[in-house]
Amino acid sequence: MRGAGRLGAVLALALLGTPLAVAADSEALIQLKDAPGREVTAAHCAQCHSLEYIPANAPALDRAGWQKTVQKMRERFGAPISDEEARAILDYLGTSYSGKS
Amino acid sequence: MLRRRDLLLGATATALAAQLPAAADEPALSRLPGKRALIRRAFRPPNYETPLADLVPAFTPNDAFFVRYHLALIPEIDPRTWRLSVGGASAAHPLVLSLADLHEKFESVTLAALNQCSGNRRALFEPRVPGVQWGVGAMGNALWRGVRLRHVLERAGIIAGALEVWFKGADRPVLEATPQFQKSLPMDRALDDSTLIAFEMNGAPLPRWNGAPARLIVPGWTGTYWMKHLTELRIEPQPLTNFWMKSAYRLPAGAFPAHFASQDTAETVPITEILVNSLITAPAAGRLLHRGEPAALRGKAWDNGAGIARVEVSVDGRRSWREAALGRDLGRYAWREFSLPLDTSHAGQLGIAVRAVSRNGTQQPDRLTFNASGYHDNIVQTLNVVVA
Repeated sequence: MRGAGRLGAVLALALLGTPLAVAADSEALIQLKDAPGREVTAAHCAQCHSLEYIPANAPALDRAGWQKTVQKMRERFGAPISDEEARAILDYLGTSYSGKS
Repeated sequence: MLRRRDLLLGATATALAAQLPAAADEPALSRLPGKRALIRRAFRPPNYETPLADLVPAFTPNDAFFVRYHLALIPEIDPRTWRLSVGGASAAHPLVLSLADLHEKFESVTLAALNQCSGNRRALFEPRVPGVQWGVGAMGNALWRGVRLRHVLERAGIIAGALEVWFKGADRPVLEATPQFQKSLPMDRALDDSTLIAFEMNGAPLPRWNGAPARLIVPGWTGTYWMKHLTELRIEPQPLTNFWMKSAYRLPAGAFPAHFASQDTAETVPITEILVNSLITAPAAGRLLHRGEPAALRGKAWDNGAGIARVEVSVDGRRSWREAALGRDLGRYAWREFSLPLDTSHAGQLGIAVRAVSRNGTQQPDRLTFNASGYHDNIVQTLNVVVA
């Protein structure tokens, strides 16, 4: 369970440098559910934001909602996610973090 | 029955915790440097909400004031080397100002104003919508000191045909491809006497997480225009076309007040003014009142700056309404405290509802006007309290 969330956070903090080294320990404690696609999801998403956005938004999103979100991150925010990676991320989020009822 | 909405609106964890639904909704408290413990909505970029208890004072303490960022790179700016550039295609005499210039070359004014995030209460939306899942504390009331934006723009020489003022802050995205946070205001709002470049908050320099060393104050409009770490003002004859204006912070046309014609389309308009609203700060949701003991309903009410006309309270499930007493008027852009003694002489349940009425002729509605971004939740707040 420790791998991806911590990896993502460490990667992100390395990119960040010093300006925002706040709550680093706590951010590293955010763990995503263990399922296929977790590593690629954590590595990409944590580049720009902490991973808690994923569980926090789960109640508002289903697979279609995540599809829009991933598309927004790629097209509007310029996240360097390949088509193949986007499919893996969407499969992961759509399966593990779709809480919209 | 206890609903998620009631919990978000006021419950402290306490004995209610056992009844709470999924843990994902439970607020986690944590600290940013220089801040007291706040409700953590996100570490990075930092998004921290003010707990209900810290919304009780008339002015929200600086170290309790909510923090909201889109982008994760937030520089620590040396106020001695900070500069504000003022220019643009509609500026006759572009200039660069230091913090000392703002202090020495312009009249300084102090103004009380509520700053409310556009997405305050998004987590209360039904159906749920994505975004930072704010409860009720993405807002605060402060005394801001600074200079009028109008005076600074006039110093730069406003050329006829100026349409908008574009502005930038110093916070930056992690990826170069991510749009910088840049917003604009229509000229009339930029030239309004209440619009300030503030460098002080509640008598102290702006905290780092609230925009040091200088930020925009746009009283009566939502927080998206209150640019933190202000570095650039541009007077322009064209509308600003970027993600933050054209795609984000927009509402369905015709559903809410709109005051930004140069950014309107047939389908959507930018969010602008704050809607009339109120918050119950006491008693807490689920709180048991002891029979015969004095108790009072307390809270805050606010609007777009027209001023609160009255706050109406029902204790019988909206069948009858009474007027609460209003507290001191702190200024038309500030929130207004209200209170009403609660009758605890009989055991039973009080079905409390609060409805603020603005001098602009609007009042809080019973039903939410749904919008996909989760803005403008100002529906009448209800609260059930048991007397036993």
